[in-house]
Amino acid sequence: MAESTNKLAADIGGTFTDIVLETPARRYSCKVLTTTAAPELGVLEGIEIVLKDAKLAASAVDVFIHGTTLATNALIERKGAKTAFITTEGFRDVIETGYEKRFDHYDLMIDRPQPLVPRTRRYTLRERLSVEGEVLVPLDEASVPALAEKLNADQVGAVAIGFLHAYAHDAHEKRVRDMLRSKLGDHVTICLSSEVTPEIREYERFSTTCANAYVRPLMAGYLMRLRDELSRRGLKAPLFLMMSGGGLTTLETAARFPIRLVESGPAGGAILASTIARQCGLDEVLSFDMGGTTAKICLLSDGEPERARKFEIARAYRDMKGSGLPVRIPVIEMVEIGAGGGSIARVDKLGRITVGPDSAGSTPGPASYGRGGTEPAVTDANVVLGKIDPAFFAGGKIPLDETGARQALQKAIGDPLKLDGIWPAAGVTEIVEENMANAARVHAIERGKDIGATTMIAFGGAAPLHACHLAEKLGVAQIIVPSGAGVGSAIGFLQAPIAYEITRSAAIALAKFDAARANGLLKAMERDARAVVEPAVGREKLKVIRIADFRYVGQGHEIRVTLPDGALKASDGPKLRQAFEKLYKVLYGLTIPSMEIEAVTWSVTVSSTPPKVKRAGKPRGGKAPKARKQRQVYDPDLGKLVSMPVYWRFDMTPGAKINGPAIIAENETSTLVAANFRAHIDSLGYIVLDRVKGNR
Amino acid sequence: MSKQALAAIRTQVMWNRLIAVVEEQAQSLLRTAFGTITREAGDLSAGVYDTKGRMLAQAMTGTPGHVNTMATAVEHFFPHFPVSEMQPGDVYITNDPWLGTGHLFDYVMMTPVFLGRKPVAIFASTCHVIDVGGVGMSARAYSSFEEGTLIPHMKLRKAGEINEELMSVILANSRNPIEVRGDLLSLVSANDTGARRLIDMMTEFGLKDIDRLAEHILTQSEKATREAIKALPQGEWSYEMPLDGYEAPIVIKSKLTTKGGKITIDFTGSSPASVRGINSPRTYTHAYSVFGLKAVIAPHVPNNIGSLSCFDLVTEAGTCVDPTRPSPVTARHVIGQMLADATFGCLAQALPGKVQAESAGSIWILSLSSAHEQVSARVMEGARRFQVTNVGLGGIGGRPGKDGLSTTAFPSGIGAIPAEITEAQCPLYFKRKQYLPDSGGAGEYRGGLGQIIEIANRENAPFVISAATFDRIHNPAKGREGGSPGRRGNARLGSGPALKDKGNHVVPAGDSLIVELPGGGGFGRPQARSAEAIKSDLASGLISETAAEKDYGYAT
Repeated sequence: MAESTNKLAADIGGTFTDIVLETPARRYSCKVLTTTAAPELGVLEGIEIVLKDAKLAASAVDVFIHGTTLATNALIERKGAKTAFITTEGFRDVIETGYEKRFDHYDLMIDRPQPLVPRTRRYTLRERLSVEGEVLVPLDEASVPALAEKLNADQVGAVAIGFLHAYAHDAHEKRVRDMLRSKLGDHVTICLSSEVTPEIREYERFSTTCANAYVRPLMAGYLMRLRDELSRRGLKAPLFLMMSGGGLTTLETAARFPIRLVESGPAGGAILASTIARQCGLDEVLSFDMGGTTAKICLLSDGEPERARKFEIARAYRDMKGSGLPVRIPVIEMVEIGAGGGSIARVDKLGRITVGPDSAGSTPGPASYGRGGTEPAVTDANVVLGKIDPAFFAGGKIPLDETGARQALQKAIGDPLKLDGIWPAAGVTEIVEENMANAARVHAIERGKDIGATTMIAFGGAAPLHACHLAEKLGVAQIIVPSGAGVGSAIGFLQAPIAYEITRSAAIALAKFDAARANGLLKAMERDARAVVEPAVGREKLKVIRIADFRYVGQGHEIRVTLPDGALKASDGPKLRQAFEKLYKVLYGLTIPSMEIEAVTWSVTVSSTPPKVKRAGKPRGGKAPKARKQRQVYDPDLGKLVSMPVYWRFDMTPGAKINGPAIIAENETSTLVAANFRAHIDSLGYIVLDRVKGNR
Repeated sequence: MSKQALAAIRTQVMWNRLIAVVEEQAQSLLRTAFGTITREAGDLSAGVYDTKGRMLAQAMTGTPGHVNTMATAVEHFFPHFPVSEMQPGDVYITNDPWLGTGHLFDYVMMTPVFLGRKPVAIFASTCHVIDVGGVGMSARAYSSFEEGTLIPHMKLRKAGEINEELMSVILANSRNPIEVRGDLLSLVSANDTGARRLIDMMTEFGLKDIDRLAEHILTQSEKATREAIKALPQGEWSYEMPLDGYEAPIVIKSKLTTKGGKITIDFTGSSPASVRGINSPRTYTHAYSVFGLKAVIAPHVPNNIGSLSCFDLVTEAGTCVDPTRPSPVTARHVIGQMLADATFGCLAQALPGKVQAESAGSIWILSLSSAHEQVSARVMEGARRFQVTNVGLGGIGGRPGKDGLSTTAFPSGIGAIPAEITEAQCPLYFKRKQYLPDSGGAGEYRGGLGQIIEIANRENAPFVISAATFDRIHNPAKGREGGSPGRRGNARLGSGPALKDKGNHVVPAGDSLIVELPGGGGFGRPQARSAEAIKSDLASGLISETAAEKDYGYAT
């Protein structure tokens, strides 16, 4: 995608749909309310607004990139297709029994996640392949026609097929699909576990396959409707979809594997952080994205976010691992916790302040919204502490009720704890910041990273208010608040490469390394991934990244090791061992010398080369900005209210410098520059906060 | 005002941080452990203690049997190694069943943390290693001396140097020395991770010790627990629970007393220790009986010595819930994991209508191996050697207002091991693993279902199953408040004959092993179950038409 194009992006979130248009001259953006019943309407409305602002015709748009929580919401609200699941005889309940584990030891009343396909629509066929692919029980083809009749009579809209060991041996799954295809209506989707996620561990594979089938009719329908409607309005630009792994894909692929779209918004945010890291030449980055409902924390090294292949959807208890359904898809590794502007604060039975994970959302919203919310939220605390100007929230569109916020906090937090004044609010922000710090710290440990050595990139409406104190807690010395922080994810979409990742399970030991087998596997995977990407990219040179997940034989957790380019040789065995052990030592402090090492899973990502970024340079001079006013604001570093100057962000030109404590206000958010920080505007217009004193 | 307010908030922040630190410690262990039972099923624990050996916080990751036994394991090190003599870089170890977590398979690792030269805290962790010699994962032994090698309280690391002499003794007595070394090093590394984070936290908050924080945590937790206990009816309730046992049936007698913020569970009168390895050492008995009580009475109070100290345990030495050395204890969970139900039997009388029905209880460990040690070499010629572990989980009892969870461990916190993972490790394969219809006890709220698992060999060779942990074959999980018992468990060959006891059994070539896990008991009278729930169970095939009519009087 060349620089001289008009690029459009739309990110449908739970409350708002964000639209960004980038022309060679400048960026236009807007937020409209998400139209849940027919989400394309909000998108179309937003597009109209930005095109009007830019005085462009729809036909002038060269590319349109879209991300949506539609699939996520369908899974949470159970509004997908009527889905059937066909599996190996004797294994009808795998997707229901799951991990057979209580995710909370002490809560005797928990419910395990309900599978997307109830037992009444789970069918079994006589067939069985072994781990090596030998036929233990031949496929009972004779019973397929009767099964097809049942599916037709039940009027299912989607069929998922998952047989044991199909991650390596797909013959039976394919045969059943071929037999069913001619007997089911064209509108019935069929998904195979061997295509959706060919990885070992039956529960996770089947769960992912069912989830894909469940959302596919809905997503395919929505995407086609959107394309047709856009084209009717003259917007005929190619449409790409943002995937949870951080790459873009075509409408056709998205419609086949919609489960890969679930976390597209947060992925867009991580891509934005990636771009900023490269612009500013940052090695280690902590991306901190805090919105209304959740905070997302992601680590990047050399401009690349960490990646993973497992995600949990539709958690019944938001922050409780195991309370949702697992899907194995390529995702950007991040931790997401229920800590946003709308997160509700309470005091528990032990006299401790708790924040979230539930959120007041937009209705009724925090108490200060004055829409009937009585429980205090983080936004209320920020109002009481003076960090948010009640008259200028969301650019003044939502006037806030400071008294209401104060009363709600006093009642829910102050009275039970015998605190008054600003202290209930200070307690709430302290706890929400500590929750985020803990999540970030654990996440860094799990990745073997030193969080204190990172630069924080803060975006999303609430992040710049909490960034300084969070940085203080984590020992982070520098924070960057990019321009357009409020629509960060959509901006990130515009910077994502077109990419596709394919993953397969195959255990190959490093001692006596079977390079021929590994090469055969990798070659086939690269061919399949290229087939998805090439049509969309054309003749552009493609980047291929190959990764294998290694572990000591006997362990259950793997470490990702990037493979060298080109064909592997038997002599690569010792080199890969070295690479694995180096990472292992960083993570766990030691290695286990005589233990065998094996690769368990292989993945190949083919992607377009990311666009070159504009490097941040040294800003020249810069005028000293003038404060618009003074306000009493709580400074967490000082532990008291202090009078702070309030600057308007767009009064500050590159090179401008101010010392904390201060507030830098803009339409979608405000940045709190704490007493221990100094701020300047860099050559790209980003706010850079440097810690000048304080802990560590 | 402001100073105190800030101090109170900071204390809370530090408490949360401490819990986050031990969770990191546990995650590090989970990721590096060998052996499916630890890494897939989560059989491990991690915690932090003050220098008096009092547990301050423990990780959510883990299982109650480890968590609560470890609460007292640390103080047992002190007579041998007083804190005043500990040096930075020291690590202490034991697998003594009576002073650790109840059987030789669990190594407890203890690491003191120093700020400068001053000891400020202690980290401990434990996990189930693959093999400790002896008769292996079976209940066959007649004495703990046959069960493997016991390492008394010793130093595994002295001032940063691993004690390779001790290590070589441990490894020489294991069938899987490489994995065991890996697991021990994982425990060492997990504690080091915790220690580093604690020092970071103390530096950040400018702390010289954590004594005041410890007092705050323990006082608050104890206070909240006592208040919950005070809210209970005061009195005394007794219960008797029969179990299958090994050579003879077992009776667990329990008596619960509540009086002025104290609660006592008394197992006096329970059966004498079995001559085989199903006995539950007192520490393990304490773990699961207190777990059961706390889960009903004060589930949301964090687990630490403050909250645990509100529960008193009385046992008689020499019984199956307090065996003395050298009684065998390898499969101690067979009795230990039934104790939550034993306490519920009393608690249900104190809190009518509020306590769930009985569950399948102890997990069935499917310890499967090739038959090289049992069958002549000629028969086994060309057959692969293997030793794998999977688990069979039954149903949980019906709950007040909800059906019991099907095929889920309780009170153990571990989970399933995927069939595909086990099949990748050995020539066995699962012919089926799914719900067992009609196995949940009938009730207004049905007991959770058990499951049927059938395993065969792809090779034309026999294999061996240890039935050490298969209980509730004769004594089902009872119902509550008029609910019916869950279905009994069953273990047999595919060709028909039942496995006759808890010993090791050979499954002949070409035959298969079938286990049927017990269901949970029902809660409330079956007649009170809604027609809608019965209809849904029928449509899903969770109950048969015969059962609908017989158990619920529901005509189809």
